Amino acid sequence: MGIGVSIGVISPVTEPSPGGAAAVVATAEARLAARRRSVEAFAVPSAAILGALILFGIFVALTGRNPLAVYHEMYRGSFGTWFSFQNTLQRAAPLMLTALATALPLRLGLVVLGGEGAMVLGGLAAAAVGVHLHSPMSVKVGMFVVGALVGGAWVAGAGVLRAYRGVNETISTLLLNYIAIALLNHMVEGPLRDPASLNKPSTLPIGDDNMLGNLPGLDVHWGLAFGVAACLLAWFLMQRTTFGFAARMVGGNVRAALLNGLPVRRLIVVATFLGGLGAGLAGAVEVAAIHGTANASLVTGYGYTGVLVAFIARGNPLGVVPVALLLGGIGASGGLLQRVFDLPDATVNVLQGIIFLSILFSDSLYGRRWARKPAVAA
Amino acid sequence: MAAGAIFVAVLGGGTPGSRSHRAVAATPPLTIGFIYVGPKSDYGYNQAHAQGAAVIAKLPGVKIREEEMVPETSAVQKTMESMINLDGATVLFPTSFGYFDPHILKEAAKYKNVTFLHCGGLYTEGKHPTNVGSYFGYIDEAQYVAGIVAGMSTKSNKLGFIAAKAIPQVLRNINSYTLGARSVNPKATTTVIFTGDWSMPVKEAEAANSLIDQGIDVLTMHVDSPKVIVETAERRGIMVTGYHANQAALAPKGYLTGAEWNWGKVYTDYVEMIQAGKPYPHLLRGGLKEGFVKVSPYGKMVSAAAKKKADAAKAKFMDGKMVVYKGPLKDNTGKVVIAAGVEQKQTDIALEKMDYLVEGVVGKTH
Repeated sequence: MGIGVSIGVISPVTEPSPGGAAAVVATAEARLAARRRSVEAFAVPSAAILGALILFGIFVALTGRNPLAVYHEMYRGSFGTWFSFQNTLQRAAPLMLTALATALPLRLGLVVLGGEGAMVLGGLAAAAVGVHLHSPMSVKVGMFVVGALVGGAWVAGAGVLRAYRGVNETISTLLLNYIAIALLNHMVEGPLRDPASLNKPSTLPIGDDNMLGNLPGLDVHWGLAFGVAACLLAWFLMQRTTFGFAARMVGGNVRAALLNGLPVRRLIVVATFLGGLGAGLAGAVEVAAIHGTANASLVTGYGYTGVLVAFIARGNPLGVVPVALLLGGIGASGGLLQRVFDLPDATVNVLQGIIFLSILFSDSLYGRRWARKPAVAA
Repeated sequence: MAAGAIFVAVLGGGTPGSRSHRAVAATPPLTIGFIYVGPKSDYGYNQAHAQGAAVIAKLPGVKIREEEMVPETSAVQKTMESMINLDGATVLFPTSFGYFDPHILKEAAKYKNVTFLHCGGLYTEGKHPTNVGSYFGYIDEAQYVAGIVAGMSTKSNKLGFIAAKAIPQVLRNINSYTLGARSVNPKATTTVIFTGDWSMPVKEAEAANSLIDQGIDVLTMHVDSPKVIVETAERRGIMVTGYHANQAALAPKGYLTGAEWNWGKVYTDYVEMIQAGKPYPHLLRGGLKEGFVKVSPYGKMVSAAAKKKADAAKAKFMDGKMVVYKGPLKDNTGKVVIAAGVEQKQTDIALEKMDYLVEGVVGKTH
């Protein structure tokens, strides 16, 4: 996939040359370019989403429904009422975390699809550890730490294979998802099975007292706060630290990074590990806040939706938050579309797909118009 | 309804929801929400429920709202809340087995005026909220009858069973099918393949082909959507008995019969009780006799002799005289699992914990 490589390219700006007007012009140009980039970063995806909405409206009209009425219901189901908005927030929470599994490696030009597997195993490990701890606080902390670490290690495994053995990370993480789900099924139906779980094999429940509660004043669990915090941390790491700079440089040009003596292999392993932490934490939160036990219901597809989120956000952890809200909102409104318009369940998948394609296409718009202008002026 | 097969655990006069409907009888329609874990046109588990929903949609004073493909996560909690808050539903049928704990239990505690009716028979009096009901059918009775038809129809004496997971409900179907087949054809065996999950179309097709290659000439299944298996059997020119819903349309030549749910009857009963403001049973179970399950109409290939034997067994179920699980019964490793003289009737709790495959089944539970 060529897309991965083109994303997150930020030209390593030239060192300001000493003295003279040339330097002033250079910094002014750089500043202008930076502003252009930040305008683009907002305008291009917005235009892409708007275009997708128009396309989807045509699709809806072709099925004989009024697109405006459909959009009105979608709004009502996702943001229009307090209940709907909380529904959206709740659905967005796990997506923020699973998206990081793809978003962070994407900055290095790697396309990782392993969020699903990391989440499933993170949840399984969290449930397995949770039952052995005692006070509510230690159960939660233990679950989150272990769940995140297992998720991190799982994706980092693919990172190691990529860095030291040249195994394509897209294929390996995709296949690892199936292995993770098989492992989950094996463990909950075998060694970790609660003998009382007859027709729905599950691990031992962690207990009602140990469950993760809701955010104060909201009907949304704490996973949302974890998601936002993780995205902010990841953004800080990628934009404001030398690690992040090095990582983005790898994504921009691996050869240049190698020539500059950057430890590319280690960066790959660390980035995949950090991304996996998010997805593993998502699994632990799912167990701690929703299920109270690990079972086949952990296989939700959040990992795959996370890939979509990460791509639409173009790998920017800060962009993951609004995009997760957008997709959470689409998910929240999907039910209403079925119930009110008798549209099939796949309708919202069509919308998600159109948005995805439209965002990928919009990649080619970056820097087009604006870049040509100065050349004409000169 | 026969008391023998149904536990009726009524707790003091119905739910607040049902009472309010007595008060405002006939004015606003009763809005009922149905939630399915898969597509409602899956020729299987979900379609069987959607057919039941379609039956009650025709009742006077009833409005239904349906949502399909709802996973067993917080998504189903939000769907329930959305139906309550945005659609005004007062009765919900979240139909997937995995919706019960924790999702329905959590929502039932939160919305005490809404009635939650769940498919799975998991209600425990005193432990679960009183606005919850749970129902299930003894579909293994229909599998027993289908097994008789399969046992009479097979030429190779080899039957095949493609199953999702080795859990008690599934094992009970495999065992009843085999016991039915062997009651008329002691040489018949059932070879089982477990696919590991409820909806694995590719694995199901592979399993079907592999069983057919081994000389099996009648296939059946316990997966969410039997579509792929039934179609594969038809294409390969062997016979098949269906499950969940009627799949005759998918295999006009090879479809012998099948074990089907009859949720329309169960849902109609519930709605009538709720509309009349009567208390509804919190745990409702039944088999062929109670009309919870049925046997698909026999296909063209079924011989007169097979029909006769199957009808005789059906009649015995309708009389309430049939006991499928009685000793001496050995599992397929030779161990006695039910001692001589012991009868385990459908309501016997021991059957809920089934962990063996009976003699005549080729396969392992793990």
